[in-house]
Amino acid sequence: MKKILGISGVLVAVFVLTALLEPNFLTAYNLQNTLRWTGLFGIISIGAAFVIITGGIDLAAGSVVALVGVLVPLLLVEAGWSLVTVFLVLVVVLLVLGLLHGLLITKLNLQPFVVTLCGLLFYRGLARWITGDQTQGFGSAFEGLRQLAIGRIPITESFGLPIPFAIMVLLALLAGALLNHTIWGRYMMALGHNEEAARFSGINTDRMIILAYVIAVLTAGLGGVLFALDVNSVQPAVHGNFYELYAIAAAVLGGCSLRGGEGSILGVVIGAAVLRLLYNAINILGIPTQLEFAIIGAVILVGVIADEFVRRITAARLTRSMPEN
Amino acid sequence: MPRDISTESLLEACKITKRFPGTVALRDVDLAVHPGEVVAVIGENGAGKSTLMKILAGVLQVDSGAVFVDGQQVNLRTVREGGELGIALIHQELNLLPNLTVAANIFLGREPHQFGWMKRRELQEAAAAVLKRIGLDIAPDTLVSALSIGKRQLVEVARALSCEARLLIMDEPTSSLSESEAGKLFEVIRDLRDRGVSILYVSHRLGEVEEIADRVVVLRDGQVTGHLTGKDMCRDEMVRNMVGRDVARVFERTRMASGPLALDVRDLVCLNGSASPLSFTLAEGEIVGLAGLVGSGRSALLRTLFGIDPAAGGLVRVGGCLVTPSSPRSAIACGMALVPEDRGTQGLVLAMATSPNLSLGALHRNHVVGGILDKTWEKQASEAMIVQMGIRGAHPGKATRHLSGGNQQKVVLGKWLLHNPRVLLMDEPTRGIDIGAKQEIYRAMEALAAEGMAILFSSSEMEEILALSDRVLVMHDGMIAGELPAVDLSEEAVMHLATGHELSYASRQSSVRVT
Repeated sequence: MKKILGISGVLVAVFVLTALLEPNFLTAYNLQNTLRWTGLFGIISIGAAFVIITGGIDLAAGSVVALVGVLVPLLLVEAGWSLVTVFLVLVVVLLVLGLLHGLLITKLNLQPFVVTLCGLLFYRGLARWITGDQTQGFGSAFEGLRQLAIGRIPITESFGLPIPFAIMVLLALLAGALLNHTIWGRYMMALGHNEEAARFSGINTDRMIILAYVIAVLTAGLGGVLFALDVNSVQPAVHGNFYELYAIAAAVLGGCSLRGGEGSILGVVIGAAVLRLLYNAINILGIPTQLEFAIIGAVILVGVIADEFVRRITAARLTRSMPEN
Repeated sequence: MPRDISTESLLEACKITKRFPGTVALRDVDLAVHPGEVVAVIGENGAGKSTLMKILAGVLQVDSGAVFVDGQQVNLRTVREGGELGIALIHQELNLLPNLTVAANIFLGREPHQFGWMKRRELQEAAAAVLKRIGLDIAPDTLVSALSIGKRQLVEVARALSCEARLLIMDEPTSSLSESEAGKLFEVIRDLRDRGVSILYVSHRLGEVEEIADRVVVLRDGQVTGHLTGKDMCRDEMVRNMVGRDVARVFERTRMASGPLALDVRDLVCLNGSASPLSFTLAEGEIVGLAGLVGSGRSALLRTLFGIDPAAGGLVRVGGCLVTPSSPRSAIACGMALVPEDRGTQGLVLAMATSPNLSLGALHRNHVVGGILDKTWEKQASEAMIVQMGIRGAHPGKATRHLSGGNQQKVVLGKWLLHNPRVLLMDEPTRGIDIGAKQEIYRAMEALAAEGMAILFSSSEMEEILALSDRVLVMHDGMIAGELPAVDLSEEAVMHLATGHELSYASRQSSVRVT
């Protein structure tokens, strides 16, 4: 909870500061946009969080976004497959990729970094090859489907809740339930802290780790579909570049430890929101956009340093107050 | 400080006392080593041998007493300072870097160089010279990872000699060596001794001590209880000096008549132990102690039984349930539980609170449909267990890291009691916990056995084995060297079996003569 307090404070501070400095920030148009992007990035960050909680890392998310991003228009528009067929094919492909990551990591004992780095390279190359590097899109077709990404649920006359944000909220509720209210969530937390103790307790740790990678690929795939519907012009070479790093950054900002065993879904969502808000603030306040990465990097660094200090202070307090028995 | 000691003594320790929290490891220990002699230091587990060696090498510092080298009092604060005086410690666990060559390991930190540029040829030549000195026939550019454990041990000796060591301290050097490797090591030791190097030799293996030592110093409970030379240096005399204390009963146990068969182990072959098959049984309500020296294979047996380590063959049955090898889940499903050796890394998720640790092993049987956690059950079950086990300091939100060792161990035990196991395996269940908590663990074990649970526990503490066991299995070199029923139980009997009977000693001696 303490970890969420810090990042929530940052969220509120950036929000208030930007609103004071630039009134245009509070326009419905701008807020809707920020929420939509928060939703899109939040979805892939939730998947990344599961992997990080088990003590792993997923570098392939951005390339999965790209691969799905070209497959959807390719199959729907050029190949003319039905929606249901495309959906089923996507689910199968994503399940296979997730299982592959998980099996390579648990059964062959490969390092998660290496496995997903290879995924990052491989899926990007595949996406570029099957499209011949041609930009993919839906043109003016599939307007209804595209509402999933660009549509809004009207709240007031001028403001509507972007559908990707609503999807993310639903996903976050599901993910939160899985993590906090099921035995599998408990197992992932436990093995993230101490895989050996989990194994000594009779937990099938391999299966839990595989589950985490499957979840990560599935959410990256869902994000990939929505990103493609949103931009409507998917460039295979750059679409989704660095998204895996945004997802990891959001998870870490939200309190996940790369050592494993720590993290909350609410924190990750807030982390994703902070990243999008910073991006928006940089744009709207007229700060040179070249500085975007530098500012985000600095914020994350300050965040984790502050976190480390909080941890040390609480640890010191605990040792002092700890009764010896 | 001028002192009247024999000038020929290379190293002399006077009235060494060393305390650790809650225990006195060494009390007024005297020890002298002369140039060119092999002095063996023997004693049971925990007698203080390793502590003494670490003090002499500069790893640990004395609380009181003095160490003299060449008649001068010294205060060794680091291993480096010991090394400068010619004292080298060769650890139980080897300290070589397997990814580097033999030459690089021998001269690690002392590489010949010019402005940081390593002189490779000089390094190789110097290493070759040292290796030749101990008669080790390997190329200096061999990777250490390619060497057998025995050869690595000799590389350690070479490293010590390259530092101009005059006194080699060897802590259990043969614990993981084959007989021929040990024989080779003894040859090197004798050769070094003849050239004036002194050796302090710590070992559990009384046979090899008899063979290699010029003198024997016996430690018991941190005190010197015997100096043996000449014909007194025989196995019986050593054992008598190692034990020979009134065994104060640490716990008074009411023994029950045991019930039907609970655990049946047939021809189990532990991959990480010796290759010999092990067979034994446990009856319901029986507490069986697993005794043996460090490295005798007790942990390997318990880990293999529980499926953590793979088995190379054999059958394990709990009641009528056949346990699938290499599957802790199957062992648990059949009603087995293991309180592991290291509660910090294997028994607990230290970062989590008491309640989730207690429930961790039982969640798969106690949840709502769809894998939803049953938090009501978890709360009730863990609260009941906290009361039953008398776990103090457990709060929701307080990581088990912050509990005392004894309470941590009660959490580990409580975790398995939520399962109602039929067979409870415990690996060093009271290691590193205070006396009060030990008594509580003993009482819990007694109560569980009285309810019909079969308990197999390993311990390095003889008092524990003697006080708790209905029966004792003594292990030696990965084999069950013998079984002692409660009536035949004595410290001497256990030590005789644990140090290997006469037969294995004779066979080792003959094999050494051949090499």
